[in-house]
Amino acid sequence: MKVPYVLADAAVVAKRNIIKIKRVPDLLVFTTLSPIMFVLLFAYVFGGAINVGGSAASSQAYREFLIAGIFAQTVIFGATITGAGLAEDVKKGVIDRFRSLPMAPSAVLTGRTLSDVVNNIIVLVVMSLTGLLVGWRIHGTFWEAAAGYGLLLVFAYAISWIMAWIGMLVPSPEVVNNASFIVIFPLTFVANTFVPLETLPAALQPFAEWNPVSAVTQAARELFGNIPPGTPAPTAWPLLHPEVYTLIWTVVTLAVFIPIANAQYRRSTSR
Amino acid sequence: MIYATGASRQEVGAPPVIQARGLAKRYGKVVALDGVDLDVPAGTVLGLLGPNGAGKTTIVRILATLLKADEGMATVAGIDVRDDPREVRRHIGLSGQYAAVDEYLTGFENLDMIGRLYHLGRKHSRNRARELLAQFDLEDAGDRPTRTYSGGMRRRLDLAGALVAHPPVLFLDEPTTGLDPRGRIQMWEVIRTLVAEGVTLLLTTQYLEEADILADEIVVIDHGKAIARGTADQLKLQVGGERLEVTIRDRARLTDAEQLMAGLGSSPQNDLERRILAVSADGVATLSAALHAFEDAGIELDDVGLRRPTLDDAFLALTGRTTEEIDAAKDATGTKGQVER
Repeated sequence: MKVPYVLADAAVVAKRNIIKIKRVPDLLVFTTLSPIMFVLLFAYVFGGAINVGGSAASSQAYREFLIAGIFAQTVIFGATITGAGLAEDVKKGVIDRFRSLPMAPSAVLTGRTLSDVVNNIIVLVVMSLTGLLVGWRIHGTFWEAAAGYGLLLVFAYAISWIMAWIGMLVPSPEVVNNASFIVIFPLTFVANTFVPLETLPAALQPFAEWNPVSAVTQAARELFGNIPPGTPAPTAWPLLHPEVYTLIWTVVTLAVFIPIANAQYRRSTSR
Repeated sequence: MIYATGASRQEVGAPPVIQARGLAKRYGKVVALDGVDLDVPAGTVLGLLGPNGAGKTTIVRILATLLKADEGMATVAGIDVRDDPREVRRHIGLSGQYAAVDEYLTGFENLDMIGRLYHLGRKHSRNRARELLAQFDLEDAGDRPTRTYSGGMRRRLDLAGALVAHPPVLFLDEPTTGLDPRGRIQMWEVIRTLVAEGVTLLLTTQYLEEADILADEIVVIDHGKAIARGTADQLKLQVGGERLEVTIRDRARLTDAEQLMAGLGSSPQNDLERRILAVSADGVATLSAALHAFEDAGIELDDVGLRRPTLDDAFLALTGRTTEEIDAAKDATGTKGQVER
């Protein structure tokens, strides 16, 4: 199959999913509502108990610290839409229809993951506005901030492919949600998303340091200029080079999960 | 690439458009297909008739390249489904048991999307979508999300989706299951029109009546095997003629009545209540004879009538079991869902 066909077919599938975002706004509302609640919860309820930076730390500093973590968490949760949406398509026979067409087989998953990028962009805009309301500010340059958003999006794109694989693997949308939460909760909480790494138990620290969620959060935080003053410099390699580590992790994940998700797609409905 | 309707019509004596030899498929220990042969000549309709879980859907899925057979071979439009599935897909349209329309898209968007995925191009896809909406009586609903459609409308849209690229070969998996009588008759009309235009069609159904009306040849599938094949009339001969059915008033006379029925038709059977069924050899004459015989014997009747053989009768005759028993057995072993999907 020629490459232009793959892209054209993926664009057709992506368009279909984006129409769905438009027709079922509830989906977008709920994917953004829960992170907004997280922002409020952590900024105003837990925030006072969490110290970031040095003695000059304030709740304002924590809110600035928090937002990059919430962004990372939000785009990861957003990726579950990929898995649940695909599982629903399998269930409803839409995937059968696609597979009976002479289209590029990889276009179904590529289109789905691409439409999730659109979804994530919308969600990041909403979350940024929420952040601005609670006092978060970007202190970096325009290009640094753009790089921060870009890293979050490519990172989320890699997660989407993991979820695509899960979506083709398990039988129903509900299972996708539950299965992905098992993975997502430890990944997003045993990290520097909500609390400084130093405050985690020593046993969990190596995991948190090498956790890619920590790296992408650290990268966004640095690029947005949200590292609280007085924060001790990280010691682990991934957090010393968070941009590089995030990109390596993204590339490796894509290299592994694009082929296995597509292989699973070709098998999935072949029962 | 657009196929002119009927372009695949072949010379007499040409190889069949759909051909299968020894198709077999198992899921773990469950045998879904156990060596099925099929031949569908160009421009004809083959009906696969059988109960739930018989293996009909598995056959369609193998021929439509959604599933790989464990054994056997199959060609569609002369192309091996295993060797070149993508080429096969350019020649087929598939409309499944569950209408695979996207409920958040409008009817138009659904068809347009399929046209684009057949690489018809933007303009052509749009024109074709409008054309099909008109043909399937969905013009007014075309710009509404399909979740507002009735079951019959969804099925028609799904069938329209299968026709976007004018495929010369069509697979319809239980196209009328779950439709109300009006929807069913509408669907039959649509299918007949397609066949008149020269499409080669393989359809599955649970209804003998449907196979009778639509199919040139019927293959009866049970337990993954073809247990009978022929035209509707040939099958009915195998199944036997019309059924004479009587309902007696007094259950105590059931045995007497059954003996009486044995003299009127072959293989009488009672339902352990008040109903007895026998294959009638001579239609109305048997009915008339029955009325006299019961009157002479002094057995009062609540109801008496002749009816045409149903799929149940066909199965009873061919397998010695009713479709209900087959379903019950499948449910008991928990294999039904696996086999059918």
